[in-house]
Amino acid sequence: MKLAVVVQRYGADINGGAELHARYVAEHLAQHAQVEVLTTCARDYVTWRDEYPAGIEQVNGVPVRRFRVDHERDIHAFARWSGRVFGERHSYLDELKWLDAEGPKSSSLLMHLRSARADYDYIIFFSYRYYHAYHGVKAVSARAILVPTAERDEAIGLGISPRIFRGVRALMYNSPEERRLIESVSQTSDLPGVVVGIGSDIPEKPKPDRFRQKYGITGRFALYVGRIDQNKGCNELFSFFLNGLQALPRGLRLVLIGKELLPIPEHPRIHHLGFLDDQDKFDALAAADLLLMPSYYESLSMVALEAWALGKPVLANGKCEVLRGQCIRSKAGLYYETQAEFIETLRAIAESRRLNAAFAANGRDFFQRNYSWPVIEQKYLDVLASLKEEDGRGRLNSNGQRHAIMEPEPGWLGRRRKALRPASEVLGELPSGPVLN
Amino acid sequence: MADFNIRTDAVDVEQIMRQIRARIQAKRGVDYTEEQIQELANVKLERFLDPKGVRSDLVEQFKRARDRKLEPFEPQQYAVDANDLYGSSKAPVRLLRALFRPILKMLMNANRLVQVLHQQSELNKVYEKQFHVLREKNQQRDEVDTLYYELVHNLVLELTRVGIENRNLKMRLESLSSRMDFDERRARALETVVQYRPGTGPSREAPPPRPRQEDRPYVQPPPGGGASPALAAPQAQPAAGEAGSGEQAGESSTARRRRRRRRGRRGGRGRAAGEISAADGAAPEIASPADSATPPHGDPTGDAAMDEGFNNDEDDPGDDEGPDPSAQ
Repeated sequence: MKLAVVVQRYGADINGGAELHARYVAEHLAQHAQVEVLTTCARDYVTWRDEYPAGIEQVNGVPVRRFRVDHERDIHAFARWSGRVFGERHSYLDELKWLDAEGPKSSSLLMHLRSARADYDYIIFFSYRYYHAYHGVKAVSARAILVPTAERDEAIGLGISPRIFRGVRALMYNSPEERRLIESVSQTSDLPGVVVGIGSDIPEKPKPDRFRQKYGITGRFALYVGRIDQNKGCNELFSFFLNGLQALPRGLRLVLIGKELLPIPEHPRIHHLGFLDDQDKFDALAAADLLLMPSYYESLSMVALEAWALGKPVLANGKCEVLRGQCIRSKAGLYYETQAEFIETLRAIAESRRLNAAFAANGRDFFQRNYSWPVIEQKYLDVLASLKEEDGRGRLNSNGQRHAIMEPEPGWLGRRRKALRPASEVLGELPSGPVLN
Repeated sequence: MADFNIRTDAVDVEQIMRQIRARIQAKRGVDYTEEQIQELANVKLERFLDPKGVRSDLVEQFKRARDRKLEPFEPQQYAVDANDLYGSSKAPVRLLRALFRPILKMLMNANRLVQVLHQQSELNKVYEKQFHVLREKNQQRDEVDTLYYELVHNLVLELTRVGIENRNLKMRLESLSSRMDFDERRARALETVVQYRPGTGPSREAPPPRPRQEDRPYVQPPPGGGASPALAAPQAQPAAGEAGSGEQAGESSTARRRRRRRRGRRGGRGRAAGEISAADGAAPEIASPADSATPPHGDPTGDAAMDEGFNNDEDDPGDDEGPDPSAQ
């Protein structure tokens, strides 16, 4: 079986959520099938500037075919289009222009997909909201599998989004919340898909002491791993931490790992270590008392899963329904929404040994049952096998065609008619909260 | 922090969160959101309590509002008669109407119409008067209501200010009271230290003239003829001042014996009380309750008692809380 993984950017040094997800999946599926990665030359997700050379290269044993980006992102144009499609009544054409402004637009990548689609049995697209997903799925709908990595943001309320979801053969969800969100916006519960998530290669014996020695971290600390960005809730985290210092467990520090996109307050109890490699990250997780996840929007937090795998409790932002659902289902973490809750939950985790022990045991168990690599790989292989079987039987879809076909775009007039509601309005009507069953 | 009721195999995160929220609510009383708390914290009390907004001429305003006369309201009245019905400013029309008046009178009773219109005009006058009165009252009430509102607002404002001032004064009073207590204890502790420190202070100087035995307060003799600690000291070992006095050193043993005898005779006068106290097994006490109290500073009786090693302050619990004399 030959598979293609299509993702907006790809590289061993790229640690964005969906991109890392794609790399892990590609590397693990490569053990069971012939996998090729199709991506752009971009490294920076803000500008989509070509930084990698075009052509084929090997990344961790997986062939990666890179294509040039047509144009860099014009931030102002993107903001303007975002304002229109998210906040105003707009047309289908407006959404296509928004998609074009968002990027990364790579005509050569789409051309390759169209010309070489027969070479691949199935093509796995990552991240529904980017240019490559919509136009790629439109080009190879019959072979498309989508890992949507959808979050509760306005993009899900766009008119083009349900077309993508309904236009693929299978959806690989990250969480039950994501599945409900996508089914709600697509107005159907018949979408073929399964909640999979992502695994992680957890070292057997991480070395917390090595981490402490290397970075001079002593005492107890709460760890944050990820981009230090406003979108990730870091502003609120700093505010809650500094305002609640007196009530927090004595000596508890905040250690930050990740690229700094936001000014970090200078305080003796806050330590920023910058971007660390995987070994240091796992050592840090092993040394930490708990992991903090302040993000408002997550489709699945890999680092939270890694923390659970290492027996560390997670304190998540309760406003993120996915993280909240994960905490409840795993029984291995708490969540906060206010300053007072932040302090109390942090104290509960840091000071209650029994709670900590229970969380540690539950976290390990949750990870092993749902997110260990054998489990994840098997879920992918099951989906691929069922699609293969379906293709072998020549089963027809509801339109009487052999495979899923993306709904055709509206005509010339239809594309220009301002018939679509603001995406934020659509988003507001979607169900929220954790999925507990 | 109180621990949670947890069974390792059955952690209920939602239950724990409910417990945490209940705890937060119990601490706060009311479950305000962060935004509400911030909003409340940012409100400046001074803005509401600004005395500049209070008008001092409110009484005059009240008076003026009551005496104010409204501008006259006089709607145009009309009077109707037959000429109004049949007359006209144009001569040809007037002529025609005059010509056809008999026919009109034959067809209808125009006088009745005039009469009704006249009555209506009278009624309008009455209503106008009533309306004028009501309007005046209404306008006065509106003005007075505004003043009442201002008055109530000022009262609330003043009450709040007085309340805050009252609380401040109470706190100040408490502060002063505690400072005074502290000063008192400190003074007492310092006095004790000064008087007890060997080789310094007044005890090194020549002792003040000892009061005559007769001037001293009466002290119950100890049971069994033993001397009380207060009195035994001068008898067993004379005070340093006494020992240094050549006059007293030269005192003959006969004189001492004589004095002892005198004391014995005087002691005999209070013997009954001493016997009672000894019989009860009570510790020897100062006979007069007034004398048992800590004497005021400068009281020679008290000074004498101090000289003889009797210190009522030792029983004063306040000394325990006094400042450390060594730290002074």
